[in-house]
This record gives sequence, structure tokens and C-alpha cells, in this order.
Amino acid sequence: MKIAVCIKQVPTREWQPRLTDDRTWIREADASFEMNEPDAYALEEALRLREQHGGEVVVCSAGPARVQQVIREALARGADRGVHVDDASLASADGFTVASALAHAMRDEAFDLVLTGLQSDDQGHAQTGVAIAELLGIPHSTIIMDVQIADGGVRVKRELEGGWFQWLTMPMPALLTIQSGINQLRYATLKGIMAAKKKEIRSAAPPQGAEAGQLPGLRIIGLSLPSKAKQTRLVSGPPAEAAAELVRLLRDEARAL
Amino acid sequence: MILVVAEQRAGTLSRGTWEAVALAQQVAGGEPVAVLVLGGGDASRVVAESGVGEVLTVEHDALASYTPDNYVAAVAQVVAQVTPQLIVMAHTYQARDYAPRLAARLKTALVADVIGVKGTGTAATFLRPMFQGKLVAEVAPQGAGPAVVTCQIGAFRADAVVRSSAQAVRAVPVTLAEASRQTVEAPFQEARQAVDLGQAERIVAVGRGIKTQDQIAIAERLAAAMGAELAASRPICDSGWLPMDRQVGSSGQTVAPKLYVALGISGAIQHLVGMKGSRTIVAINKDAEAPIFEVADYGIVGDLFEIVPAITAALQKLER
Repeated sequence: MKIAVCIKQVPTREWQPRLTDDRTWIREADASFEMNEPDAYALEEALRLREQHGGEVVVCSAGPARVQQVIREALARGADRGVHVDDASLASADGFTVASALAHAMRDEAFDLVLTGLQSDDQGHAQTGVAIAELLGIPHSTIIMDVQIADGGVRVKRELEGGWFQWLTMPMPALLTIQSGINQLRYATLKGIMAAKKKEIRSAAPPQGAEAGQLPGLRIIGLSLPSKAKQTRLVSGPPAEAAAELVRLLRDEARAL
Repeated sequence: MILVVAEQRAGTLSRGTWEAVALAQQVAGGEPVAVLVLGGGDASRVVAESGVGEVLTVEHDALASYTPDNYVAAVAQVVAQVTPQLIVMAHTYQARDYAPRLAARLKTALVADVIGVKGTGTAATFLRPMFQGKLVAEVAPQGAGPAVVTCQIGAFRADAVVRSSAQAVRAVPVTLAEASRQTVEAPFQEARQAVDLGQAERIVAVGRGIKTQDQIAIAERLAAAMGAELAASRPICDSGWLPMDRQVGSSGQTVAPKLYVALGISGAIQHLVGMKGSRTIVAINKDAEAPIFEVADYGIVGDLFEIVPAITAALQKLER
């Protein structure tokens, strides 16, 4: 089975927003980056499917040179090889633009399954995976909590609102966006890190000319801090004092105790 | 014309449908709003009676169960016939499953998880969260054709919908393959939940800031001292540290207790939507910029491993 996993490199969870002067993007020089955690669950699922059914796991990522960090990380966790769509402008691009670049690089490889996380922790459109499915002309399902392979097809458990689920079956090739908690993540071992250095990362050019053309997308007019829904009463001081004050406020002012 | 795509389950319209209508009315700027009800039925009559706009229905056997293939095909054909300026729906699990494919099929922009809108018509710009709620982005759809807009649950008010006299229902013809590539089974709920957080008057919830499974005990002691139920954000449940039925958030339970204490929870959107309706919200977090403080009534910025035991002790002192 040939499985592709699309992985995005995003600012770390601890990152504090710093914006460019025109406020249309973040100041990347001030950020540290990591693998988008939802994509880590997709990678883990791909590695488990390869363990069960054999085949190859190929990691695909789009963006500037720095995204090779997450490709190497994925190779260290066990992926077989990587594809890097090398284009710095993709770092701030919307989901459809990124999907076009990835689909272009993936088209000739004839993957049986394409897995992505259900959304990225940076822009969070929840779009790239599904758009890739449309561009490749393959069926898809989203927010998947279980994957079973049978008879040239895939049976998946899709998460719905409020604790509901639904199983559905599709022929392969197919694309799935994976929900967190589907599995437990493995992390790279030293052996894996060493082996990763020898694994291939193919560099792919982004789509040019007619295919790039006039892509529908989003232009970011400006980024800002969210407005506060409430005026938070912050309680300060050493822990014992702050705790006592908070309890007093909750009991006497908020009447919540 | 702004086209709202309704969502229904077994004949009942979702609340999100009305929130999408509210957004549509705001962005329409006087232009008409139409509502597409796939599968028709009682839901289409309810919409028609509200008078918010013309009701379009598509009734086809292939739409009896939701599949992305058939929903994309049906909506795309309706769009080709009625040529709306914008397509609007609530940002639900179902919308996340097919709206991006619809936008890609139409070759138009997708604006997902919208929390606000500025201006009207094709010049409208939209506000949406980015970076786990740390920032808000104002975005403009690019390209010709109707953008597909999905609105965050609770961001627009169903009770703000302006109603009018009953409107007509019109069936729109579409051609659908009888068999979509997806074969779906009936939806089901997992094993009966052991705890109903919806009934709890007070909740103590833990997030990643608790760091290890062992240290959840600190939160358990606070919950006991407070007479509260224990809950968690999704990552804690993903790691198996607490069962899924203690999860609060978009994929877990939505709660609105008298008191919600969030320990080491950053306040990512997926969690906020599950608890922001709580009457009093307390946040303890070492990061003063954490989005949880946007909805907190009271907060302490500091080390929860020192502060939480201190609160437990203060409560126990109260008892005595």
C-alpha cells in the first residue's frame, strides 16, 4: 500500500504573536516551528497501516526550506521518503493554494491513501486535505477515528457532533483527514533519527503557468489580537493570598460557591 | 442573492442554520436571502414560514443519507442555476466534511469558521480566528464566483434573525448518480456516558498545563473541595489520561455550569465553544496572553501547581 501523509510545519504551541509591520502576517524570524499536531496523528496512522498491510509511507510538505525539519522528523518516526514542494510563499498561503501545490507534486505517484490532519493549528481552515481530494479526483472523508482496509477499499469511522459516530466505506484511492486521539503518537528514536539522514527527500517545484493561474483564495487584510468578551478580574500576589482572595470573590461577589 | 444551505437531521433544522441565516441577512445588505434545504420535507416548511427568504428544495433518493459526493454535486448544481453572490452555512462537522470540496469544485474561495463580517455583498470581508484563537484575521475572498462561508457556532445569533411573512418553496431539479462513492452506515452513539457534565453545577477542567497524568490529582482534590465534577480539554482525553466522556469542547460536551474553573487550559477555540456560556469562569494559567483569559471573569496568572493546592486549602478552611 502506498500512503501519502501531508504534514504542515506550524509555529509552536508556546509561540506568542508578533506581526509584520503591515500586520498581514506573523514575524517568522521570531517564531519556532514544529509539526502540526493533527498531522502527527495522521502520520502515526499511516505508519500503523504500513505495519499491518505493508507498503510505503511518503511524507509531503509545502513551504520554505525550513519545512524540511518536519519532513525529517517524520522520516525519523518511520516514514520511508519525503516530498518537499519548495516555495516560500506557501508559508502564508490559504488552504486551497497549498492544496494545489501538494496535489501537483503528488499526482503522478498514484497513492492508494492520502492522510492529513483534520486542520492546521495555524490558519485552521480545515480545507487542505479535502481540496486535495477534489483536485486528485478521489473520494474523501473527514475527522476519522478508525481506519480499516478491506477488499481494495477503506472502512472508516467518522466523528460527528455530540458523541455520535458513523462508519462508511469507500474504494481506494481515497483521502482521509484524521482526528486526534485516533492513536497514541510515537516519537523518533535515536536510531530513527540516524536512519532519516539517509532517506530521500524529493524537491518538487510548485505549479507554474496555467495550473497556478488565478487561484481562488483568501487575502489577509490584517491580523489583530482578539477583543475580550469580558473584563477579567486578575487576582495577584503570592499563591496563598491570591487563593484566599479568589475564594472570597467567588463566594461573596460571584456567589458561585 | 445570498444562499444559505440549511442543515437538518431527521427533519429538524439545526440551530446553526438560523445562525447562518443571521449572517446572511447581515451581509446581504438589502439583497434577498434564499435558503436551500436538501431533502426538503418539514424542514423546508419551517423555513418557508419564517419568511426569511425563498426556500429551494432538492428532493432526491440519493440525498436520503448525507454523503459529501452527493451534497457537493447537488449544491453545485443549485448554485449554477440560481447564481448567488455568497454561499453561507454553519461550521458544523458536516460542513467541514463537504464545504471545502464544494469550494474547490466551484473554484471559489472558502472562508471557514467566521466570527464576524464587515461590509456587504461581494465587497464583504470576514473575521476568523487563527493560531488557535491567539489572533483574529480579517480576510477577503479572492477570485470570481460565490465564496463559500461557514460561520462558527454561536458567533451569530439565531434570535437576531428578522422574520417576515411566509415565502414560497420551490423545488430545484438536479441530476445525481444513484450511487455515490461513499457507502454510509447509520450513525450511532458510543457506550452510555458514565458522567453527564451537562448536569454539573460546578466543573474543574484540566488542560495541557497539568503536564502529567499523576498531577491530575491536584485538580481532583480541588474538585472534591468545591463539590465539582472533573472535566478536561481534548488533548488530555486523547492521551487517555481521562475518559472521553469528561471532554468539554467542540468534539465533547458543551456545558454552562454556575462555575467553570479552567486549569492550564490555553483556551483554543475547540475548547472555548464548549464552555464559554458558563455563568462564572475562572482561569489559572502561567501565560497571561492565553486566549482563555478573553472569556474569564476571574483569573490568576501563575503556576497552577502552587496556586491550585492553595485554593483547595482555602476552601477547606472555609468549610471549617
